[in-house]
Amino acid sequence: MRLRLWLALWIVLVAAVLLAVRFGTLSLDTADVLRALAGRSSDVTSTVVLSLRLPRALLAALVGAGLGAAGAALQGATRNALAEPYLLGVSGGAAVGAVIAVTLHAVAWAVPLAGFAGALIAVAATLLVARAANGQGDARIILMAGVVVGAFANAVIMVALANVDANGVRGALWWMMGSVGDATWSQVRMLAVFVTAGLLLLLAMARSIDLLALGDDTAAALGVDVARVSLAVYVCGALLAAGPVAAAGLVGFVGLLVPHIARGLGARAHRSIIGASALGGAALVVTADLVARVARPPAELPLGAITAMVGVPFFLLRLRRVT
Amino acid sequence: MITVDQVTVQYPGASRRALAGVSLVAASGMITAVVGPNGSGKSTLVRALLGRVALASGRVLLDGESLSEMSPRARARRIAVVPQREELTLPLRGREYVALGRHAHLGPFNSPTAEDRRAVMRAIELTDSADLTDRAVTELSGGEWQRLRIARALAQGGTSMVLDEPTAFLDIAHEMAVFELLAQLALQGMTVILVSHQLNLVARFAGHLVLLRDGAVAASGTAQEVMTGEILERVYHWPLVVTRDPAVGAPALVPLRGAARRTSPELS
Repeated sequence: MRLRLWLALWIVLVAAVLLAVRFGTLSLDTADVLRALAGRSSDVTSTVVLSLRLPRALLAALVGAGLGAAGAALQGATRNALAEPYLLGVSGGAAVGAVIAVTLHAVAWAVPLAGFAGALIAVAATLLVARAANGQGDARIILMAGVVVGAFANAVIMVALANVDANGVRGALWWMMGSVGDATWSQVRMLAVFVTAGLLLLLAMARSIDLLALGDDTAAALGVDVARVSLAVYVCGALLAAGPVAAAGLVGFVGLLVPHIARGLGARAHRSIIGASALGGAALVVTADLVARVARPPAELPLGAITAMVGVPFFLLRLRRVT
Repeated sequence: MITVDQVTVQYPGASRRALAGVSLVAASGMITAVVGPNGSGKSTLVRALLGRVALASGRVLLDGESLSEMSPRARARRIAVVPQREELTLPLRGREYVALGRHAHLGPFNSPTAEDRRAVMRAIELTDSADLTDRAVTELSGGEWQRLRIARALAQGGTSMVLDEPTAFLDIAHEMAVFELLAQLALQGMTVILVSHQLNLVARFAGHLVLLRDGAVAASGTAQEVMTGEILERVYHWPLVVTRDPAVGAPALVPLRGAARRTSPELS
């Protein structure tokens, strides 16, 4: 991918973050916002910018980066343009964990932890199902196992919600619709470490993913340990989605859509596709969250719905060009 | 030199062994052709050479070293396998595509070294593919793509090459070009195993033929020894005559018409 495009992606991301910090329910003065970012401002502006808007924008960026990169790696390794991290059972498992926590009226900080635990259990279950089908080294069988685990998780959610009061159902639904509204700096820090580590691991496997995209036999012929790398891509992709899901609930369509945009921009090898998907995913979720906040103030729209609304037209456009 | 020694393969759940004690020696400096009807075990043999199938017994040796004891990377540096099928999902440029052959020489974050670039250049030169280096592989013709796949195999830097029906969808000119290229590589000392259905071309280009039937070696030797009417009729279940190719005098097979019901048990 050409340098110009990388530059453009970074500019779009930084611009999206700045816009997200500038605009919101409380109208602030641009100069005040800049002073606040520089650490010199009145208390209110400083609080809104530094404690609310900035961590929120950064959390959105990390969520998008993780989901985008995970989707890019999975689409490559499975040679399936419809693969995305949520298909791996991650979203379903996380939702089960979070929904149970919400319906038990657990304290706020326990919900993301429960979501993360649920995602890990789902990942393990997916691997076990794939193993039972004798395909733990076949990325496509792992994907199918993930779909099955996800379907089961949905059933568990419905059962869990069947006997819960209206407030509990509402809380659970809100979680599932995705939001970065409760962002804190400690969440941002944790997710930053998590997403960076996952991203580096995927980038380290990017060349192998290029070869897996040509088919398992060709990859093996060129020196890839197919079973091991497929498994590693799956586990990395799943974890890279689990962190964002635990932090922000279900933010759909990012992992599916963004890699298509990255390839459409001219990224050919997976090092570029994964990198561009991380940047593009970050920009998309930051923008979507801004829209969610300012579209109908003072109410907030669900983030997951916005990403899907932005995503679908993009996807259709891309499909038109392919066919 | 590639030595296949008493290799037996049975796929899980299959009633019949895909390979039953197959042995062959592919010497360096010549093309060894593996031929045989559909389902005779040719592709399984390629998979065994790829390390993609478990051997129930027997071993595959590469210059005397057991293939199963090599890591996938070490194997790829010494033997290049060009499988029959491959999915072209990435619009890589020709040069990037050939450079994928260096994968087993690179660490996860290393850039290609001067040696890697030299190997890629040399592979492009040997296959006469300089015209393809800047084109997207997804837009190449079948013949051009096959040429780049062989270039990529050469870039791997080994001395052995295994090709599974590299000319399956090519027209005469492109097919001949591939055979000529393989003959030239063999002449330079490579060990070349070629799986092919093109018996008449194989008879002209291969120094050694191995004819498989039902997972076992039905005949092996030179084209003159293997391509007799009696052997081929028995293996292919089809009446045919073997004549002399008018250009160079190699054995040439001519299948006869209208006898499906009489001789082919599968078709009757």
